[in-house]
Amino acid sequence: MYSYSDFDEAFVRARVAQFTDQVERRLDGSLTEDEFRPLRLMNGLYLQLHAYMLRVAIPYGTISPRQMRQLALIADTWDKGYGHFTTRQNIQFNWPKLPDVPAILTALADVEMHAIQTSGNCVRNVTADHFAGAAADEIEDPRPYAELLRQWSTDHPEFQFLPRKFKIAITGAPNDRAVTKAHDIGLRMVKNAAGEVGFEVIVGGGLGRTPMVGMVVRDFLPVEDLLPYVEAVLSVYNVLGRRDNKYKARIKITLHETGKAEITRMVEERFAELKPLFGGNDQKLLADIREAFALPAFRDAPTAAYDAFYKADPVFRAWADTNLAQHRNDQYAIVTVSIKAHGQTPGDATSDQMRLLADLAETYGHADLRISHEQNVILPHVHKSDLPAVHAALVKAGLGTANVGLISDIIACPGMDYCALATARAIPVAQEIATRFNDLKLEHDIGPLKIKISGCINACGHHHVGHIGILGLDRAGVENYQITLGGDGSEDATIGEKTGPGFAYDQVVPAIERIVLAYLDLRQSPEETFLQAYRRVGVGPFKTALYEAGERDAA
Amino acid sequence: MSRFTPKVITANRLREGDVVYFTADDRWTPFHHEAEFLEDEAHAQLRLLDAAAQKLVIVGAYLADAKAGANGPEPTHFREAFRTRGPSNYNHGKQADHAL
Repeated sequence: MYSYSDFDEAFVRARVAQFTDQVERRLDGSLTEDEFRPLRLMNGLYLQLHAYMLRVAIPYGTISPRQMRQLALIADTWDKGYGHFTTRQNIQFNWPKLPDVPAILTALADVEMHAIQTSGNCVRNVTADHFAGAAADEIEDPRPYAELLRQWSTDHPEFQFLPRKFKIAITGAPNDRAVTKAHDIGLRMVKNAAGEVGFEVIVGGGLGRTPMVGMVVRDFLPVEDLLPYVEAVLSVYNVLGRRDNKYKARIKITLHETGKAEITRMVEERFAELKPLFGGNDQKLLADIREAFALPAFRDAPTAAYDAFYKADPVFRAWADTNLAQHRNDQYAIVTVSIKAHGQTPGDATSDQMRLLADLAETYGHADLRISHEQNVILPHVHKSDLPAVHAALVKAGLGTANVGLISDIIACPGMDYCALATARAIPVAQEIATRFNDLKLEHDIGPLKIKISGCINACGHHHVGHIGILGLDRAGVENYQITLGGDGSEDATIGEKTGPGFAYDQVVPAIERIVLAYLDLRQSPEETFLQAYRRVGVGPFKTALYEAGERDAA
Repeated sequence: MSRFTPKVITANRLREGDVVYFTADDRWTPFHHEAEFLEDEAHAQLRLLDAAAQKLVIVGAYLADAKAGANGPEPTHFREAFRTRGPSNYNHGKQADHAL
């Protein structure tokens, strides 16, 4: 993986020194809170409901065992022994104390990590397909481009005060696992008729209070034009984007207010100006970066032991069926470690679990780990013959849950249990849904089903693109949950449709159960997934199950 | 003009981030029921100025709705009720620190 250059190292250390000084000046009263607040946000430090929260970037979701162990050390030394993996491939510590934050940032810098640009109106952590460099369906590893974007966007003087935050996602595979169509810029690798590799550039996607699927502004962008083109998009947005109204400041609104044709014209015009200015330096840099993402030295060994174990052990088989994905090398598999044990908090890993994952990556996984936007941890390169040992170790650590892609593999934002912006809780709803369907023993029968829960309209829990989305709101001083159906975050990105009136906190799990039982009744075969069935029959039968059954129960 | 409803003053501690409440004798307490119960709007605004002036102790002081209870003020909104305890997924925060 990429290692910091002297420039990166000096930049991060200098920022830690600056912020250390700023914290001291806040504590001695030289800085007011109004002066300090933007400085702490530039360094990922929020003040939440019960405590401070530090958001640490995991660039494009790639993390080394050494870094993972350092996160465990930070959790043990300055927090409460755990960390929360987020939908933007970050990790959040929920309980740091202000005087300790400089020491935490120093510990992060020691392993080439930081919390810079994880807040504020700047280019945020660039996210990528969590199977990058390993997936069988991939055209090319997108991470060298993600790293190039990270270097270009870090402290970019023109883009530190954008109209609003700006999120970029990138994938090198046709199956979109990075939700590119719900980002300010989505980059999807494609091949043109001549077989050359480039990007389809999608602009103006986003969730939040005005959910939109992004529009394609360039069908094919040659890979060498990536930086000047992205800079052109940012540059046009920086000028046109609204600064008078926070709710209309994202590029998705700019795109709709200005029109796709005009924006595209302006971007292409700016691109023509910018391209010659890069002078090939970005391509030299990219060539160096590429070397850091060379494939590991894959082992060539028999996989018969795996096949035998798969046949013999039903627990292992269930896990292998849900948690493994196809690797580019037939002898290997991609392991998704579920951080969603039934009844636990989605995305929370203890320091012991982090250390075990680091050990497994070192012993069996070519020292590579990933964080997915679905709040799980990936071992991208595991030889099949090692899978039984990996599974056994995971089970022992409470990480062996066989539920990836199933109803209990829920995305949930921190919600009102932690977040100062939340309007309702999200985590306990996820815990109760997972526990309920585990008790019913229906999970594997139901099959692929993505539930995503947000505790406010900002949609950090991606509820709009959940097959079942749940949005927690404050309705006249009471928690109320609105349900959407048919959302999809894949290459067929779709915003879910509202079913109707929301449900009280204690009614939301029964409501989800009615939806799922209705699906089991109406599906044509066990192979027809929830999303396929929804697309076939529409919202009608689900509305009937949700509301008419509810009225009967109440009567 | 809408009628003033009773309030307490609440904030987070600057160093720790903990939720605290402003008492009648200018202290910050972790316990909601020890907060000064503010029934008069003009007095509440003055007390908010006093509270916000403690810039080296707290951050983000504001008036939160409250009602009278047997042991002192009680929160009326669920958000403020959560702030008296901590998160619901772990026994962390004030519910653990003060064994409520």
